[in-house]
Amino acid sequence: MGEKRHVTVTVNGKTYDEEVEVRYTLADFLRQQLGLTGTHLGCEHGVCGACTILLDGLSARSCLLLAVQVDGCEILTVEGIAPSADELHPLQEAFRDNHGLQCGFCTPGMLTTLLEFLGDNPDPTEQEVRVAISGNLCRCTGYQGIVAAALDAAGRLRALKDA
Amino acid sequence: MKPPPFSYHLPNDVPEAVAMLSTLENAKLLAGGQSLMPMLNMRYVLPDHVIDLNRIDGLSYIRDAGDVLEIGAMTRQRDLEFSDLIKTRCPLMREAVLQIGHRQTRNRGTIGGSLSHLDPAAELPSVCMTADAVISVTGPNGVREIPFAEFPVAYMTPAFEPDELLTGIRLPLWPQGHGYAFVEFARRHGDFAITSAAVLLEVGGDGKITRASLTVGGVGASPVRMTEIEQALVGGDGSEDRLRDLCEACRGIEAMGDVYASSEYRQHLAAVMSRRALVKAYGRATGAT
Repeated sequence: MGEKRHVTVTVNGKTYDEEVEVRYTLADFLRQQLGLTGTHLGCEHGVCGACTILLDGLSARSCLLLAVQVDGCEILTVEGIAPSADELHPLQEAFRDNHGLQCGFCTPGMLTTLLEFLGDNPDPTEQEVRVAISGNLCRCTGYQGIVAAALDAAGRLRALKDA
Repeated sequence: MKPPPFSYHLPNDVPEAVAMLSTLENAKLLAGGQSLMPMLNMRYVLPDHVIDLNRIDGLSYIRDAGDVLEIGAMTRQRDLEFSDLIKTRCPLMREAVLQIGHRQTRNRGTIGGSLSHLDPAAELPSVCMTADAVISVTGPNGVREIPFAEFPVAYMTPAFEPDELLTGIRLPLWPQGHGYAFVEFARRHGDFAITSAAVLLEVGGDGKITRASLTVGGVGASPVRMTEIEQALVGGDGSEDRLRDLCEACRGIEAMGDVYASSEYRQHLAAVMSRRALVKAYGRATGAT
């Protein structure tokens, strides 16, 4: 085993105090040390987008961060998006209703990416959605369902805000 | 694919980081991590020490200093993208930043990291070459400045010593109303460009070009300033036929070839991207677009 450091990090509202090997990526830390396997690892070199998480509210590739770097930070993973165990977030509902996933491998990264994007841009065009998810690879859907889900989710979130 | 074992260091300020660079053997600096982390994951690099610059205060800023912008090395690409100063004073940089990777990578990637990594196809080195940026590096003997023309010394090799780190960028500004364009060709949005062209132009009231800067990226071992084309541009108009003829000189650039694109294809793209960038920049300078 290599050099270790102490890390205090809040993930999905829960604070963890952990000893972590310094060469561990954040993705491996989340999956293997904290057991949060919702974050998926595809390419492990920053291309596929499956491991996208929100770091202090901003999307980032968790395979391109070391776990020691997030000491004192707040992380949101796909497990933290739904408001409760039996209720989906409107973005997740829109994915279900629009066939925004098939195998589901890319979905954690799609959801975290779009969560940040729709926060910044609540009323995007289709082209803007396509650019927003350009860093997330999907091998099943041809992206049509995902784009439809993102636009549908934007509408649902606007309606909730106006209500 | 996991990073090899290394010792991790977290300096609080630049002198501490410089001291670490001076004393630690085989150390790598970690800025935004969007290049070093993939290389660690794939074990292309095997450092004994990683020095993480992310907790150093005071290296992330964009300041208006009159006729130059001062940018801190740890300023994230995201901050460049959303900066009003960049948008109004150096729109070339904003247009280039929007073509770097994706939102998730721009949230982490830094300008200092991109310039130090010096990938020949990267956007920010081309912008700095076009704008005649001056790079500040800090070492054991203090700060020294390197004009960007002298900054790349070889393929992916910047002109600083192993015990120096890039700390700031001074970006000379062009007058209000100047023309600009950053155009690149990549297979997919956000991929590294196969070839890019960056242009800054000043155009007189009579439509004649009075000053021009053109850089081609992704073709040579580092971004290439096309000084002969720049000189030929000055004094003439910006008609598309004229720009097309002048850009033919790009076919003479000493070009790299690889599995993605042959050197001849890159030379062809250099001519096409340069013409498109010049047409766009001229249109903007003359208010036509």
